[in-house]
Amino acid sequence: MTSTIDPPDASGPPPETKLSMGIDPVEKAWMRISIALLVVFAGIITLAGFTMGFEVPGDDGELDPQTFLTEEPWASPGLREIAEGEYEAYVIARAWSFEPRELVVPLGAKVTIYVSSPDLQHGFKITDTNVNMMVVPGQVSTLTHTFDELGEFPYICNEYCGTAHAQMYGTVTVVASLDEAEDAAADTQADTASEGDGQ
Amino acid sequence: MTVIDNTPAESDVTVVEWDLSKQEKAFVGWHLIVAILALTVGSLFGPMQAFQFSGADIYPLLDPIIKSYYQGLTLHGVLNALVWTTFFIMGFTNLTTMKGLGRSLAYPKINLVGFWVMVVGLLMAAAPILTNSATVLYTFYAPLEANWAFYLGLTLVVVGSWIEGLGFYLTLHAWRKDNRGVRSPFIALAGVINSAMWQIATLGIAALILTMLLPRSLGLIDGTDPALARTYFWFTGHPLVYFWLLPAYISWYGMLPKQAGGKLFSDSLARLSFWMFLIVSVPVGFHHQFADPGVPQTWKFIHAILTYSVFFPSMLTLFTVVASLEYAARKRGGTGLLGWIRALPWKDPSVASQLLAGILFMFGGIGGLTNASYNINLVIHNTAWVPGHFHLTVASAVTMSFMGITYWMVPYLTGTALWSTKWALIQAWTWFVGMIIFSNAMHVLGLLGAPRRTPLGDALYVPEEWKGHMLRASIGGAILLVSVLIYAYGMVKTATGPKIDPALVPTVPIAESIRDRQLTPVWLDQFKPWLIGAGLLLVIAYGPQLVDQILNMNLNAPGFPNAY
Repeated sequence: MTSTIDPPDASGPPPETKLSMGIDPVEKAWMRISIALLVVFAGIITLAGFTMGFEVPGDDGELDPQTFLTEEPWASPGLREIAEGEYEAYVIARAWSFEPRELVVPLGAKVTIYVSSPDLQHGFKITDTNVNMMVVPGQVSTLTHTFDELGEFPYICNEYCGTAHAQMYGTVTVVASLDEAEDAAADTQADTASEGDGQ
Repeated sequence: MTVIDNTPAESDVTVVEWDLSKQEKAFVGWHLIVAILALTVGSLFGPMQAFQFSGADIYPLLDPIIKSYYQGLTLHGVLNALVWTTFFIMGFTNLTTMKGLGRSLAYPKINLVGFWVMVVGLLMAAAPILTNSATVLYTFYAPLEANWAFYLGLTLVVVGSWIEGLGFYLTLHAWRKDNRGVRSPFIALAGVINSAMWQIATLGIAALILTMLLPRSLGLIDGTDPALARTYFWFTGHPLVYFWLLPAYISWYGMLPKQAGGKLFSDSLARLSFWMFLIVSVPVGFHHQFADPGVPQTWKFIHAILTYSVFFPSMLTLFTVVASLEYAARKRGGTGLLGWIRALPWKDPSVASQLLAGILFMFGGIGGLTNASYNINLVIHNTAWVPGHFHLTVASAVTMSFMGITYWMVPYLTGTALWSTKWALIQAWTWFVGMIIFSNAMHVLGLLGAPRRTPLGDALYVPEEWKGHMLRASIGGAILLVSVLIYAYGMVKTATGPKIDPALVPTVPIAESIRDRQLTPVWLDQFKPWLIGAGLLLVIAYGPQLVDQILNMNLNAPGFPNAY
């Protein structure tokens, strides 16, 4: 390493323009490690994203935010079975509640969730799952998730949408079977309704 | 310290020290006055968000002036993330341009106009925020609708920064005409590169405001296309963080080594990383939209990979900055594999603040990789993790570096002594500790599923498990509040203190490179190839999707001026 600092000589011949940047060998090794690290990370997300089903939302259709609520299936939001063990759920996010406020899902159900908004941007994240989507007026947000754990999983609006944003949530309840759940729902309906109407 | 300063070959051989005139110092100083005022006022609201988490809600007491948590959050975001940064960066770049090149601005009137356009814009945007008619947070996502003055004000701030950027470029250009064949000094070139990157990046927000938000708020169009609005926003939104970060890098590469008693390890690699930032800062915006509908997975994935490539110049920076610091520390007598770290001038508050900034930035960088990682992003998207993350980056790496810079810059500009070295050190360490507590709590809350931008103290869905972390966030906020008050008081006392002997006033620390700067290849000193590269990559990575979204634009989402 040289530590001579020569003032630049403007009158001399133009400096050589070879590509050598005088990179220190240790630094070269560091650059190689950095690149290798990023290649490994890229490989992992590629495998997980395109072969193992850990998907992000994509381009899943547009609609008119001012009229779509009058059209099926949005006019009747909620959970529907479309094949053995497979379900679809339509959820409307609007200031400042979700409709429906509760989705009761049998254990092991594979549910494709569709969410849209007639007013502002919202968020839709089901706690403890990889379901996390922006909800944007004019767009349909979709992800599929298999619920293989019993319990209650709140879905929370995680994008600022005005005054009562902090009260905007719903709950996925995963039950052993839907028949049992209907009995239980009859008992607790009153509680759920009053809780959901917190605003 | 004296070990270095006594060796004649180092600092004394350089060209006769040119310095800013009194007026030029005052001009730079005005930028800092606005910046520090914004930081102080904005930072009073930050802790109030955190206190709300543990039930100590101060907002009802502020009711006559500030109506809600969200109005406070809007003030916090706009003043700290946009105003403090932009005004500081413009002031700092005026200084690095002039001092780096050793000459005055080529057209000082251009920069003067730019500054005043920014000030007028700031006042214009502040009015609706303060009257609760722009409580749209600093992301102002459509269809939330603010008063038109908010959008016009923000536009003027950006336009003012463009005008100042033009002034920097013309000054560098004039210097090059007089110094043919000489490599541009690093700190001056790097400041101009940052301005150029900013001018490219802000095209997105310009399109957003001028084609949608401003016309909508004036009632000229019926609605907006919120999905296209998000794409426009994040075209600017991510490079924005590099616009904040690069001035801190200028100090880390080009100034901190000198302050530590050493030299820049590699002038070539410092330049290379800045040029790489010019190219890859902008075409990465879709990594903020991984969770968005309306953007195909392919484009999201391409931007994920490009985001990884921005990580590369940051890895270069880590190496070069640490190597420069190690070089300095060993010259100061430091030994050992890591023991040399103790030999750095930790008693100098400017150095300490920037070193602590760098430490927090390492954690911020690791978290940033998580955010950038495509599907892994779904675990933390829009959770409390995200503010936890950017409080380590913009609020620590950037803000602590800028505060550290002001510890020499304000005395330099005013010809006074730093009010108190001891209190400045306390300020840096309290910020460091407060931010560790706050950001760790926020990261954990995010992993548990807590949403960001939410007064969790009022939310009905908060489980017991979150509450301990919410309390920790409040404690971190309280420490940060103390820290910012010490900072503001110290800055006022410094600027208004008695003038001291000019020989004792701090100078602008400019680090020499270990290798002669003239050995740096010419292609690392030319704008053209890098600007062409930036344009090409932008067209490839953004063009198709942006054109598709524009061609299919539906301005059918009405605005909501009354949502807050």
